[in-house]
Amino acid sequence: MTVSDELYQQVILDHNRSPRNMRALANATHQAQGINPLCGDEYTVYLAVDAGGIIREVTYEGHGCAISKASASMMSQALAGKTIAEAHGLFDAFHALVLGKAEAATPPCELGKLKVFSGVWRYPARVKCAALSWHAMKSALDGQGKTSTEDAL
Amino acid sequence: MRTEATGYPIERIRADFPALQQRIGAYPLVYLDNAATSLKPQSVVDTVCRHYREESANIHRGVHHLSQKATEAFEGARDKAQAFLNAARREEIIFTSGTTGGLNLVAHAFGAGLKAGDEIILSTMEHHSNLVPWQMLRDRTGCVLRFIPITDDGQLDLAAYDAMLGPRTRLVSVVYVSNSLGTVNPVARIIRAAHAHGARVLVDAAQAVPCRPVDVQALDCDFLVFSGHKVFGPTGVGVLYGKYDLLDAMPPFLGGGDMILSVTLERTVFNALPNKFEAGTPHIAGVIGLGAALDYVRGIGLDRVAAHEEGLRAYATALLAAIPGVRLYGTAPEKSAIISFVLEGVHPHDIGQILDSRGVAVRAGHHCTQPVMQRFGIPATARASFSMYNTRAEAEQLAEAVRAVKEMFA
Ligand SMILES: Cc1ncc(COP(=O)(O)O)c(C=O)c1O
Repeated sequence: MTVSDELYQQVILDHNRSPRNMRALANATHQAQGINPLCGDEYTVYLAVDAGGIIREVTYEGHGCAISKASASMMSQALAGKTIAEAHGLFDAFHALVLGKAEAATPPCELGKLKVFSGVWRYPARVKCAALSWHAMKSALDGQGKTSTEDAL
Repeated sequence: MRTEATGYPIERIRADFPALQQRIGAYPLVYLDNAATSLKPQSVVDTVCRHYREESANIHRGVHHLSQKATEAFEGARDKAQAFLNAARREEIIFTSGTTGGLNLVAHAFGAGLKAGDEIILSTMEHHSNLVPWQMLRDRTGCVLRFIPITDDGQLDLAAYDAMLGPRTRLVSVVYVSNSLGTVNPVARIIRAAHAHGARVLVDAAQAVPCRPVDVQALDCDFLVFSGHKVFGPTGVGVLYGKYDLLDAMPPFLGGGDMILSVTLERTVFNALPNKFEAGTPHIAGVIGLGAALDYVRGIGLDRVAAHEEGLRAYATALLAAIPGVRLYGTAPEKSAIISFVLEGVHPHDIGQILDSRGVAVRAGHHCTQPVMQRFGIPATARASFSMYNTRAEAEQLAEAVRAVKEMFA
C-alpha cells in the first residue's frame, strides 16, 4: 500500500480541496479552539445545538494539513442532526479508529464515510492531525474553550 | 545526472555513513534533514563504542589506567575543537550539552553582569534557543532586548542594526547561518560594528560549522556556540568558545564537582578555565565522539565541503524554483544549502509525509523559528537541507517527489 492509498485517499484530497462548512457560525451555542502546538495547526469549531439537544449545524475555521482539514470537514457533515450523546459516541468511535483500536470500541458506532481515516494509525505523527477538530468539538460540548493535542492525547 | 565537482570524493564519503546504505520501503534513503541533525560516519560510531567498550571511566579524577586514557581522549577532543575553530588557547573551549546549553551558559554567566536598561541585540532570525534564554534574562534583570529585522529576501537589515547600536548595547547575539532561511549572515561585519560600540558578540554557529570553515580569531567574535550532532558527532554535546579574559571574568554557571579547587562548608574556590564551566561528569563518550567527527570533517576539508554544497544549493534551488506553485523563503545572495519552500495549496506537513513515502526525508514546520514564520506570514515551510554526502541525483529525486505531491493535490 502506498501513502496515497492509506492516508491520502481521494475522499480526503477532495475535502482538502473543497472543505465543506468552513466558516464561522454566528448563532453558535458552543465553540472551542483546538491547537496542535507541535505543528501550529489550529481550528475553531462551532456548533449550533437546539433546545431539544439536537446538533443543527457544525462549522469550523482555521488552518492545517490535508488530514486535519478533511477531518474537520467530514466531521461537520457527520454530526449535523445528531444528538449530543450520539456526538460523544461518534467521538469515541473515531478516536478509536485513528488510534488503530476500532475493534475495541464499544458500543460499535456507525462511522460510515469516516472510515477513510482507518489508515491513519500507521502514521503516529498524523493521529493528532486527524483528531484535532474532534477534540475541539468535544471541548465545545463539554463547555471548555480551548484544547491542545498535547493535553488530549 | 550525478556529476559532482571533479575531485570531490563523494562515493568515499557516502560509504563512510552507514545510515545512507538503507532503503526506506522501496526507495533508497535521501536524507535532506541535515539542519535538524546530521548522520554519523562510521568512525564516530566506532569511537563512541570503543570508549564504552574499552575505556569507560570517569575523567580528571582517577589515578588508574582507564581513567587516564579517558581523560587523555577527552582533553584530546578539546585540542581538536581548538584547532577546528582556530581558538588561541585550549582553555577557551568549554564543552556543553549543545548549542542550547552554551547559549544558556552565556545568558546566565555573562548575563549576571547586566543590569536594568542594558541592551542586548538579537535578530528576528534566531532559533528559539537564542531567544528564550535572553527573554528569561530580561525578566530576571530588566535588560532590554532589541531585534534586527529581516528583509524580504531573508537578510538581516544591517542599516537597522547599525542604528540600534549605542552606548547601552552590551551584547549582540546572532545566528551565523539561519536554520530556516539558509541565509549566511555577515557576522564579521556585525562583530566589527558591535566592537566599535564596546559591545560583545555571540555567534550561533550551529548551522555554520558543518558547512564552512569558521575561524574565531579571524571573526574576532567574543563567544561562539555549536552542537556536536549537527557536525556529524553525537547528540547531547557541544562547544562554547569564549575569549579567555571574558570567560575568566565571568562567574560560573552550574556548581558541582570538577569546577572547584577547594570546598569547605562555607565557601568554594572555583577551578580555572575550562573546568570552571564544566561542572559534573560531562558526556565523556560524546565529547570523544565529537573529536572523531571533527577529525573526519578536517580530513575532507571544509573548503571542499562548502564548494560541494554551494553547487547542490544552486542546482536544487533551480530545480525547485522551476516547479509552478513552489515559493522559496530565503533568497539572500549568500546562502547555505538550506532550502525552505511552500507549495501552493498544499500544507508543508503533507509535503513532508508524501516525500517520506518516496524515501526523501525533509522537515516540515516552523523549525524552532516562529518569529521568522510570523515575519513572512506563514505557519510553516517544508525544508530541504543538504550536507557533504548529498548528491545532485538526490536533488533531482527531491524535485521529482515535489512534483508528485503537486499532482496528487491538483
Ligand atoms: C541555528 C540553530 N541554533 C540553535 C540550535 C539548537 O541546537 P541544539 O538543539 O542542538 O541545542 C539549532 C538546532 O536546531 C540551530 O539550527
